[in-house]
Amino acid sequence: MLVRPKPGILDPQGEAVLGSLRQLGFAVDDARVGRVVDLELGNGDREHVRAELERMCERLLANPLIESYEIEFVEEA
Amino acid sequence: MSAPAREPKPRVAVVTFPGSNDDGDAVLALAGLGAEPVPVWHAERELPDVQAVVLPGGFSYGDYLRAGALARLAPVMDSVRALATDGRLVLGVCNGFQILCEAGLLPGALRANHSLSFVCRDVEARVERADTPFTRRCRQGQSLRIPVKHGEGCFFADAELLADLEASSRVVLRYEGESPNGSVAGIAGIANADGNVMGLMPHPEHAVDPLVGSTDGAFILGSLVDAARESLAEPAAV
Repeated sequence: MLVRPKPGILDPQGEAVLGSLRQLGFAVDDARVGRVVDLELGNGDREHVRAELERMCERLLANPLIESYEIEFVEEA
Repeated sequence: MSAPAREPKPRVAVVTFPGSNDDGDAVLALAGLGAEPVPVWHAERELPDVQAVVLPGGFSYGDYLRAGALARLAPVMDSVRALATDGRLVLGVCNGFQILCEAGLLPGALRANHSLSFVCRDVEARVERADTPFTRRCRQGQSLRIPVKHGEGCFFADAELLADLEASSRVVLRYEGESPNGSVAGIAGIANADGNVMGLMPHPEHAVDPLVGSTDGAFILGSLVDAARESLAEPAAV
C-alpha cells in the first residue's frame, strides 16, 4: 500500500526533501513523501483481497481526509 | 486555586495510554481545581462512574502510523464514545485531541507542523466561544497564555469542513498572531456539534500553578470541573 498526502495538501516533508535535493544540484520539480505498508496475505480471490485492502486503508492505514492510497500487488517468487 | 469547601467533587476520568505523559499533570490540575480525578488505564473496557473524561497529551503508541490512529482502537475508547454520545463531557488535550479526531468524535485531522519542528513554548490563544462547558469561566475574546508542545499540531480541515466549523461557531480557541504549527485559520481548539466534546493543542494542565508561569489553563479545566459538578446535580440523562 502506498499512502501519501492528497494532491493540494501541503506536504512539509516533501517540501523539505525538495529543497534538499535542489541544494544537492538535482533538477526536481516536486516531491511528496508518503509511506509504504507491506502486507503479506495468503492466496485468495484477487478482487476479494483488494476489497479487504481498501477497507484496511479506509479504516486505519490512511486518513481519507488528508491521504490518498494506492494498492499494488507483488507476487512472491 | 482550591475549591470552596463542601462543594461536591465531580469525578473526572483521566485515561492513560501507553505513551501518555501528561496524565499526571492532568490529575494534579483537576484535583487542585476541585474535581476527583480517576485514573483509567486504556485497556479497561468500562469507564468508572464519572461526569467527564480527559484524554491527556503524550505520544500514545509512539505516534506510530499517525498520531492517535492506534489509540483510538484502545479498549476504553468504546466507553469514551458512549459517554460522549450520552452528552457527558470529553476533553482531549494535544495527543488527546489527535485521538478524538482519529476516532471521529471531532472532525478534521492533525498533521505535522509546517515547520517540521517540534514546538514547545507558551502561545496566546483567543477564546472564540465562552459559552461552552470548557470555556464558561472565560470571557469572549479573552486571550489565554498556555504552553504548546507538539510536533503534529497543524489542524487541517478541507474548505467545506472549515466553512462548516466557522458557520456553526465550533472554533473555540484560535492562536493569536502567527500559529505555532500552520493550523488552518489559526485553529487551536474545536468542539463537536453538541458542544460536549472538545479538543485543543495547548496544554491547560501545564498552566494552573503560578510557579510555572501562567495560570490561564485553569480557565479551561476549571470550566470543565464547574460543568461536570453541575451535571452531578442533574438527574442522569438517558
